[in-house]
Amino acid sequence: MDNQKTAWESLALVHIKGRPTVRDYIPLIFTDFYELHGDRYYGDDHAIIGGIARLDGRPVTIIAQVKGRDLQENKDCNFAMPLPEGYRKALRLAKQAEKFHRPVICFIDTPGAHAGKEAEERGQGEAIARNIAEFMTLKTPIISIILGEAGSGGALALGVCDELAMLENAQYCVVSPQGFASILWKDASRAEEACNIMQVTAADMVRFGVAETIIEEPIGGAHNDLDKISENIKEYLAGKIEEKCAKDIDVLLKERYTKFRKIGEFTE
Amino acid sequence: MFEDFFNVVKLRFNGGNEEAAPTYKCPRCQGVYPLARYEELYKVCPECNYHGRLSAQERIKIIADKGSFREFDAKMESCDPINFPNYTEKQEELRETTGLKDAIVTGEATIRGIPAVIGIMDSRYMMASMGSVVGEKIARAFEYATEKGLPVIMFTASGGARMQEGIVSLMQMAKTSGAVQYHSSAGGLYITVLTDPTTGGVTASFASLGDIIIAEPKILIGFAGRRVIESTMRQKLPDDFQLAEFMQDKGFVDMIVERKRLRATLANLLSLHGFGKKEV
Repeated sequence: MDNQKTAWESLALVHIKGRPTVRDYIPLIFTDFYELHGDRYYGDDHAIIGGIARLDGRPVTIIAQVKGRDLQENKDCNFAMPLPEGYRKALRLAKQAEKFHRPVICFIDTPGAHAGKEAEERGQGEAIARNIAEFMTLKTPIISIILGEAGSGGALALGVCDELAMLENAQYCVVSPQGFASILWKDASRAEEACNIMQVTAADMVRFGVAETIIEEPIGGAHNDLDKISENIKEYLAGKIEEKCAKDIDVLLKERYTKFRKIGEFTE
Repeated sequence: MFEDFFNVVKLRFNGGNEEAAPTYKCPRCQGVYPLARYEELYKVCPECNYHGRLSAQERIKIIADKGSFREFDAKMESCDPINFPNYTEKQEELRETTGLKDAIVTGEATIRGIPAVIGIMDSRYMMASMGSVVGEKIARAFEYATEKGLPVIMFTASGGARMQEGIVSLMQMAKTSGAVQYHSSAGGLYITVLTDPTTGGVTASFASLGDIIIAEPKILIGFAGRRVIESTMRQKLPDDFQLAEFMQDKGFVDMIVERKRLRATLANLLSLHGFGKKEV
């Protein structure tokens, strides 16, 4: 692994044109993927897709944020910024997975939840809160993987899990570096400086106990060898799903809660 | 119970003439009124009914039975997880000026004799943003309530996650929501009282998870800020966008309750859920 890069340089690799998206990974990691649409309340959000597939023959539920590979795709998927109906679709599919005893695999890849009039009117806050709470007690294993960027509550809504893995260059942040700089320093042009002090890299996340595993990317980034990175993700998932499925569900849920419960730095 | 409050106001303004008296400008209707009048009404705008921000102490005074409040974790203070420049200094300064240790006060109290666990966010402390201390205190409050079979009432107000604590602040959304979820699974009653302003990561976690969600009139409730939406999406927004009444109309608030009715309403709701009955 290349540990010499700054956080800002990793972010550039995440934003590089040609960075694989979940649509590239699904056919190389899974078989028999059937996409399932809609939240049953309002509509079908295109920033989050979901469905059933097989991983090495085992049925799994996939829930994923989708980035576009070109402008047309990005317009269709709203640059991977989900609306409330996207999160509600995710919850519907997670509940379905629980019912049929399928593990859930979430792929996170979003700059953040959509910020807009419709999102507010349809309860963006409630939708994210509900997912976070329900995922905490979902009685089936949940593995989440951050493919590129994971921005704020919009990422966490698919991020309450038994184990979080991150691709080597992926980042997880409470707010975008631009947002951080403009809110705290009133100067969005200091984004690079913000990015480098925010502690957002995969290694930082392991240190904070937020992520457990870093999945190695090919030299120069995931786009340089799609087959290799897909193989790495598949190998990780196969082992981890096996391990989590073998656990007693009550133990698993207790460990899931404890993982988040212990994050925080305070004195008393 | 409001006597102390009145006396403070009277003492401060007795004898001052009306012109020289300090004034209050309402952020909703922009009207300007004598501050004394605003405080007399427990910080409610006499013209448009906007319910202004209260400190945690003021809130305890108008909600809890006199002398019944027992604070939890009163000494807890945040560390500096990402070594953010000046974060420690800023906190020391705020502790000095507000008398708070962080943005929330939690504890146990009775409301018309009915015991409940309560949490009150105080916007004077870094806009009541949620970092390690807010998250930990809320999680402990819910865990205590779960263990004791007590209801929880959270008075929310927040600018969102505390960015100065980096990713650790985001994780408090999961910690608090998880604690709410376990309290709920055990059959616990959770009432949220949304106060001005409830936004960002707090809206997207425990604030939106109440069995019953109350809001004070004219307060702001939202996930993304109005300015962010206007500037990045170039969308024109209605004047009442994200106000309590708007959010109730959209289906995200059960009831809007005036401050003067809040204590009675809470006591009644607790009673309707079987709390406070005399043991036989």
